[in-house]
Amino acid sequence: MNDALVADLGAALSPDRVFSSPLELGLYGRDASVIEGRAGVVIFPVSTPEVQAAVRVARRHGRAVVPRGSGTGLAGGAVPLAAAAGDPVVIVTTKMDRVLSVDEEDRVAWVQPGVLNLDLSRAVAHLGLHFAPDPSSQQSCSVGGNVANNSGGPHCLLYGVTSAHVLAIEAVLPDGEVVLLGGLEPDVPGYDLRGAFVGSEGTMGIATRIAVRLTPTPPAVRTLLCDFTEVAPAAATVSGIIAAGIVPAALEMMDADITRAVEDFVHAGFPRDAAAVLLVEVDGLPDGVEESAARIREVATANGARGVRVARDEAERALLWKGRKSAFGAIARIAPNYYLHDTVVPRTKLVDVLVEVYEIARRHDLLVMNVFHAGDGNLHPLIVFDRRVPGTMERVLEAGAEIVRTCVAAGGMLSGEHGIGLEKRDYMPLVFTALDLDAQARVRDVFDPDHVCNPHKVLPAGSRCGDLQSVPEGAWI
Amino acid sequence: MDLTSTRPPAPAGLAREVRPAVAAFAAEVGRQGPVAVVGARTQWHVGGPLDPAAREVRAPAGIVEYEPAEMVVRCGAGTSVAELAAALAGAGQMVPLDPDDLRATVGGLLAVGHSGIRRLRFGPIRDTLLEATFVDAGGAVVTAGGPVVKNVTGYDLCRLLVGSLGTLGLLAEVVLRAQPRPPVSRWLRHDGADPFDTRRRLFRPSAVLWDGSTTWVLLEGNGGDVASEQRSLGAGWSEVEHGPSRPAGGRRSLRPSALRALPGELGAGEFLAEIGVGTVHVTREVPPGSPDPSTRHLHEALRDVFDPERRLNPGRRVHA
Repeated sequence: MNDALVADLGAALSPDRVFSSPLELGLYGRDASVIEGRAGVVIFPVSTPEVQAAVRVARRHGRAVVPRGSGTGLAGGAVPLAAAAGDPVVIVTTKMDRVLSVDEEDRVAWVQPGVLNLDLSRAVAHLGLHFAPDPSSQQSCSVGGNVANNSGGPHCLLYGVTSAHVLAIEAVLPDGEVVLLGGLEPDVPGYDLRGAFVGSEGTMGIATRIAVRLTPTPPAVRTLLCDFTEVAPAAATVSGIIAAGIVPAALEMMDADITRAVEDFVHAGFPRDAAAVLLVEVDGLPDGVEESAARIREVATANGARGVRVARDEAERALLWKGRKSAFGAIARIAPNYYLHDTVVPRTKLVDVLVEVYEIARRHDLLVMNVFHAGDGNLHPLIVFDRRVPGTMERVLEAGAEIVRTCVAAGGMLSGEHGIGLEKRDYMPLVFTALDLDAQARVRDVFDPDHVCNPHKVLPAGSRCGDLQSVPEGAWI
Repeated sequence: MDLTSTRPPAPAGLAREVRPAVAAFAAEVGRQGPVAVVGARTQWHVGGPLDPAAREVRAPAGIVEYEPAEMVVRCGAGTSVAELAAALAGAGQMVPLDPDDLRATVGGLLAVGHSGIRRLRFGPIRDTLLEATFVDAGGAVVTAGGPVVKNVTGYDLCRLLVGSLGTLGLLAEVVLRAQPRPPVSRWLRHDGADPFDTRRRLFRPSAVLWDGSTTWVLLEGNGGDVASEQRSLGAGWSEVEHGPSRPAGGRRSLRPSALRALPGELGAGEFLAEIGVGTVHVTREVPPGSPDPSTRHLHEALRDVFDPERRLNPGRRVHA
């Protein structure tokens, strides 16, 4: 039943960028989450008109579309959900990978959505500029994906998440119209549609060109590794640094197991016997950086740090960061599977919540490691396991649910940077009232009244009060 | 994970406790008839004249919760900037809203959406709002966002509320991101310095302002850094107690590089431009601009789904 659709998409794009073999459909039926879906057709447009044409073809055939960047999302946001009316058309943006223009004076670059995060920073490095959001997946995640998820990263503590770095978006709406949201001027007439679109997880349309803000690379940087023999003093140091009026560029925590795994993987000199380490970076002008670094050392020492090491040069700094960012590669040596959670709690609740997280893992006989953005309270409990062992996946999911509930009970929210997607969709009522969800559904419906763009994501079905038509007849998800 | 149910009932949702002051405000807004929210009337002209038939309501005022180690503050939307600043000063923190008139309310500033004079360094006002509790056109209390500094849980309604002039909902209570107050703050001025070159010489200045002939710079941070930044500017700069006063007629919004063309269009003293930002403060009133034609239907549809009867701040327009 795909033949006519494939032919029409081939005519709209080019037959060699339209895929429908079982192998390709299987590959694009999932992302980096544990959720599996089913793609109907997978296409690789290269331009805005091609995306527009594809959206219109899909619509004519009664198919939903699912935008996809590099597929590194962890919340199932890019998983196409099988539907009775026909499985979705997955629109992959990886061939839209050009930096279109760079304006040094305005510090703005127009990019296509498939440009990789790190490639963008590399492309403007010679101007002394960079793209500030730096997810751990920055070597493989795309700017379009960053926009969809309002992605973060270690350095978002000081610089803010993706929304603060996106000025304008050209997007194809679910009805095939091309719109320009936001602009290069500081204030654009009307409502901040750009702000609503960023973080909408592909449910409001497909970004085809993005104007990003470029950030000057700081003249001075200090990176400190604080070593603790207990977790609580490390967490107290986090609060102490913030309370001292310092907002570091990054403030990351790694617990004992992950520190050991990382050290065995990258040999950066992380203490293998530490209960927790903090990786703290301050940047800016030299005097302030030195003052902050000295103050951080004092706070850490006063809280009982066993040692504070300052990276001597750029090579050592790069190695420490390589360790932090390859944490998820490192754990592959421990167990074949991992489930990475993403929740956010008030920073002062970090210790209490961490204690609970370890206890939850113990109760479910699971190994949990913690490597996370401590400075903004953004936890990433990482459950490592072997899903081939019968019953394990069930325990992993159960423990995950308990972790989410614990974070919410501590005054936190469901996601700090990975998004809601499918993974957390049904937890939304834990943090929002029916009226709150209805308000969000109203905004979504302004952009996608027929729920054809990445349907069934973010909001639980029935979020629009008195509107149970949101799940199409015969859909199964 | 259960993703298999085909037609779940509408989610029950969290039962959140509504603070009495917020509930009273919601009751005051009610479900019928035109209402206009009043702050301190410091920016009353923005968005055009209100329907005179609108009943005036006021949002709750006062700090609700402030934990310096979280660097966030929860307050009523009717709280004045002066009160907010005083509450945070003791812990060495601030929210860089920076209105000219400190009687302005937090909710009024957010609803108007004009960023402060330090936007170059601290970002636009929309990035300070973490959570917003508002009363919708049906008189219901709705919360958007969350009380933590990093959050991507659900759609970002906070961004839509900032600059909405109360046409989507009336702000009742907000959670704002606070910042450490810079230890040293220094205004410098120079008659004749090229403002664009000035900005390029500096890393993260708080403001670079230009009226067509004089350039002002606000440097903030560590004392040594402020001094070295000052040195990098070269000779001819003098320290002044305050920055320039802003023409209060209206604001224009241009690409930062387009500011170069201003002197051909406006005389000295007729404008004050924020270099690197693109905001231009002018003596004359500026009518609201038109949105990109491709988006007009989206703006109108948003208003339709939130306030179909146009009872919230009737008469106010966010665009032409």
